[in-house]
Amino acid sequence: MRNNRVWYLMFALALLSVLVLSACAAPAAAPVAPAEEEAAPAAPAEEEAAPAEGGGELEIFSWWTAGGEAEGLNAMYEVLSAQDPGLEIINATVAGGAGSNAKAVLATRMQSGDPPDSFQVHAGHELIDTWVVADAMESVTFIFEENGWMDAYPPGVIDIISSDGEIWSVPVNIHRSNVLWYNKGVFADNGLEPPVTFDDFFAAADVLQEAGIVPMAQGDDGVWAAVHLFEDVLLGVMGPELYSGLWTGETDWNGPEVTAALETYARMMDYVNEDHAAIDWTQAAQMVVDGDAATLIMGDWVAGYFTSLGLVPDEDYGYMPSPGTDGSFMMLSDSFGLPKGAPNRDNAIHWLTVAGSLEGQDAFNPLKGSIPARTDGDRSLYDTYLLSAMDDFASNEITASLAHGAAASEGWVTAFSDAMTLFVADLDVATAQANMAQACVDVGVCAE
Amino acid sequence: MSQARKERWTAFLILLPSIILLAIFVYGFIAWTARVSMSAWDGIVPDYTWVGFENYNRLFTKAGGVSAIRFRIDLWNTFFFTILFLLGCVVVGMFLAILLDQHVRGEGIFRTAYLFPMSLSFVVTGVVWQWIFAPGAPGRPRGINALLGTLGLEQLQWPWFISTESIGPFHLALIPLIIAAAWQMTGYTMAMYLAGLRGIPEELREAARVDGATEVHIYRSIIMPMLRPITLSALIVLGHISLKIFDLIYTMTGKGPGFVTDVPSIFMFETTFQGNHYAQGAAISIIMLFMVAFVVVPYLVTSLRGEVER
Amino acid sequence: MSARGFNPMRFGIYLLLFLFLMLFLVPVYVMLISSFKSFAEVQDLSRMWLPPKEPTLESFRVAWFGIPEKGLRGLSLNILNSFKLTIPATIISSLLGSMNGYILSKWKFRGANLIFTLMLFGMFIPYQSILIPLTRVIAAIGLGGTIWGLILIHVVYGIPITTLIFRNYYAEVPDEIIEAARIDGAGIFGTYWHVLFPLSLPGFVVVIIWQFTSIWNEFLFAVTILQRPDQQPITVALNNLSGSQIKEWNVVMAGALIAALPTLLLYIILGRFFIRGLLAGSVKG
Repeated sequence: MRNNRVWYLMFALALLSVLVLSACAAPAAAPVAPAEEEAAPAAPAEEEAAPAEGGGELEIFSWWTAGGEAEGLNAMYEVLSAQDPGLEIINATVAGGAGSNAKAVLATRMQSGDPPDSFQVHAGHELIDTWVVADAMESVTFIFEENGWMDAYPPGVIDIISSDGEIWSVPVNIHRSNVLWYNKGVFADNGLEPPVTFDDFFAAADVLQEAGIVPMAQGDDGVWAAVHLFEDVLLGVMGPELYSGLWTGETDWNGPEVTAALETYARMMDYVNEDHAAIDWTQAAQMVVDGDAATLIMGDWVAGYFTSLGLVPDEDYGYMPSPGTDGSFMMLSDSFGLPKGAPNRDNAIHWLTVAGSLEGQDAFNPLKGSIPARTDGDRSLYDTYLLSAMDDFASNEITASLAHGAAASEGWVTAFSDAMTLFVADLDVATAQANMAQACVDVGVCAE
Repeated sequence: MSQARKERWTAFLILLPSIILLAIFVYGFIAWTARVSMSAWDGIVPDYTWVGFENYNRLFTKAGGVSAIRFRIDLWNTFFFTILFLLGCVVVGMFLAILLDQHVRGEGIFRTAYLFPMSLSFVVTGVVWQWIFAPGAPGRPRGINALLGTLGLEQLQWPWFISTESIGPFHLALIPLIIAAAWQMTGYTMAMYLAGLRGIPEELREAARVDGATEVHIYRSIIMPMLRPITLSALIVLGHISLKIFDLIYTMTGKGPGFVTDVPSIFMFETTFQGNHYAQGAAISIIMLFMVAFVVVPYLVTSLRGEVER
Repeated sequence: MSARGFNPMRFGIYLLLFLFLMLFLVPVYVMLISSFKSFAEVQDLSRMWLPPKEPTLESFRVAWFGIPEKGLRGLSLNILNSFKLTIPATIISSLLGSMNGYILSKWKFRGANLIFTLMLFGMFIPYQSILIPLTRVIAAIGLGGTIWGLILIHVVYGIPITTLIFRNYYAEVPDEIIEAARIDGAGIFGTYWHVLFPLSLPGFVVVIIWQFTSIWNEFLFAVTILQRPDQQPITVALNNLSGSQIKEWNVVMAGALIAALPTLLLYIILGRFFIRGLLAGSVKG
């Protein structure tokens, strides 16, 4: 008995000391000295100005973790660091799901009174319907005015990021959603022209399938890529005017155009890789690179991804507007905002100043594979694809992306995603259309 | 007498901090969530406008549109996941325990190996099994399908957790998840049964053997009935884990195409923290609470009663 | 059992045990071989089930240190966070559980059983049903996004299980010992400190292992409360690692091994206490 007790005692002590030791020893092993876990309560927005010398911390929250986007973000950090060498930048990223994971995290952080200094948010309804109406953001109009940016940005972009006469975030780029990427070799080998219309697309798809090539790669793990594809199909089937009307209640969700779009989508699903629900867009893009698949409809971050693989636009891969959308530019924009209660507000303002500057955007966008939100980007820095996007952005009909927060609130996007989650599995057009119409009613845009 | 009373008060006071904490963090918060579930809170800003049972209504009736469809699928998924997961754990766990009870050499090694998944996080389990069951596509199989291909068993290749096939309301895509969950928890039932078997006096078996009973017969009519209380405990413990399972599915598959691997906890997480539909999320979590309470409360009450009688 | 020659029955038993052993180890095998592969080799799906051609520790290096210039954080910091979270939470909740268990087994007052049952219910609830208020309260008391907030949460929701294990454990201690101490004039605290606490060490080992394992492995609270990248514990970091756009499966598997190692070691070294905790978790002791 006594003997036993001694043993237990020794066990318990050894266990505890191992735990304590490992806790003490670990800091030495950690390569980056962590910021001590000081409680970060919601500091009042009107903190006294930090010394002009800068330094201190800056936590920037984004979902940019892969290839070109992470490199672009770092390039912007470098611009910032050059101006403020003492600044410790905490790169807070949450990967996955085109930002859907990050948005969940951000929501809980903001609600716990733990906002980052600045966070990535899609310009448009995602920003305004979620954060501005919740009174969680500080207006950044003053940054625009101080830096004389009002004329540097196209009025259409300023419109999207404004409400109630104030500007709420600094857009760093413009992305295009409606791009069809294709493997030039595959098309040449099969004697095919890249498809302009849906009829072209299906005709080419039959030939490709016959040849044992997946006509269209799709990677809709986590469903947002399905929503993305569908918005481009909607645009291609109904045109820019009717498409834009969907988000204001002017276009009927129960109308024949939506039915036609759903039917087209369902037909396209006959031509995609079987494991589309298990892979993401990078894996789908890889299929196109490898020649396993011929095409991919995805936003133009694919160009950034291809660049990070060392591929050259127009040589190693081709691109064009997705079927039926020639002359339209489905846009989305990443922007950074200034949350109320940012722990390091002055550093955050410095960051936003860099993010909105020509230098910052020209550092970021060529790597990210997007075009500047400003009109004065240095054209010599951008590759062939991005130059074509710049030209199209200036001349095309602009529409707002649903999948990426420009067209609708997050609540609407979530309901829409659920409808798509069902649809990709059962391809039941009537149910999907009813669910989409219901979602519009639920958010109060469409009448009952 | 007054000394005893004083001591009773002291005893109560020692418990008091825990009682207060749990009263707030468990019962208070449940009440708060219930209130949210009857509110119009739809967005980042709290809105406690009373709407009665509307949020529940939307989960169960056509008015909810896709939410109701999703929730119905979720409930079926939870049902089948729970039944099959419990069945797997109990059958395999008991089988392993009986095998180990045959005075085998190296018992410790086997026991350790069967039980070690219990020490892992569901996140680790989810990550590993996702890699194993990732289906790939014909021509470029991954995971188990790649192994089946190597073994010349191509006809068994299958889309696993992205399969949209179903038998009635049972989605076959749940099978990989059930395997992963059972892999992690079977050791638990095995350990419970083994402890139970070790608690059965050897004389009982000897006596039966003397009476001419076969080993199979001894297990069927003597040992199994004695293990029944253990089975009940195991079912309760595993059942409540299964009804609220989140980590494993969230990391391994997410909701899946057509919600084939969706469960209420994932719906709740997404609708609350991604869609900002707080009231709807609260309603889902209250329903989850009722499902668990339905299983657990009778059990807790009977164990309490049993103790009082003792 | 008497010694005997070849016995098909025994052979069958060992065969089955061995087969199950193999099945249970499949994921470990996959984790091990994948984590020792290079990215190029792990991409080669035809070799997925084969051991690495040229074993390399590269993926462990990447998983541990990350690739800062690519925005990939290493897990070293998260391991440290997990320790910072798990150790205090484990110790505090064990001490609380020990006191509670002592009272509920040796100083039962009227209604004690009811209180105990109400406490136990807290162990079974789906935490989703308290998550929305929890995030707001933690924020309101200034602990949002901090390890301290998460420690508090684990202490509170650890009370039921630690109380249960200690209550069952102390129930085995004969009441006579307590009586004797009381006759000697020891009060509630005196009896606990001089009599019960010294007997509690095996109980503490069981509870510490149990709590350490469950807090280390916990995900839902961590993912909602503690997402700051410099604070997040290992489970959250691992989930993010596997969710990133370019899945470097060799790195993910190395990360999974790193995340699993502390609890795995604890289990292998102190397995029998671990099992006791498991059995104690099923309400009836």
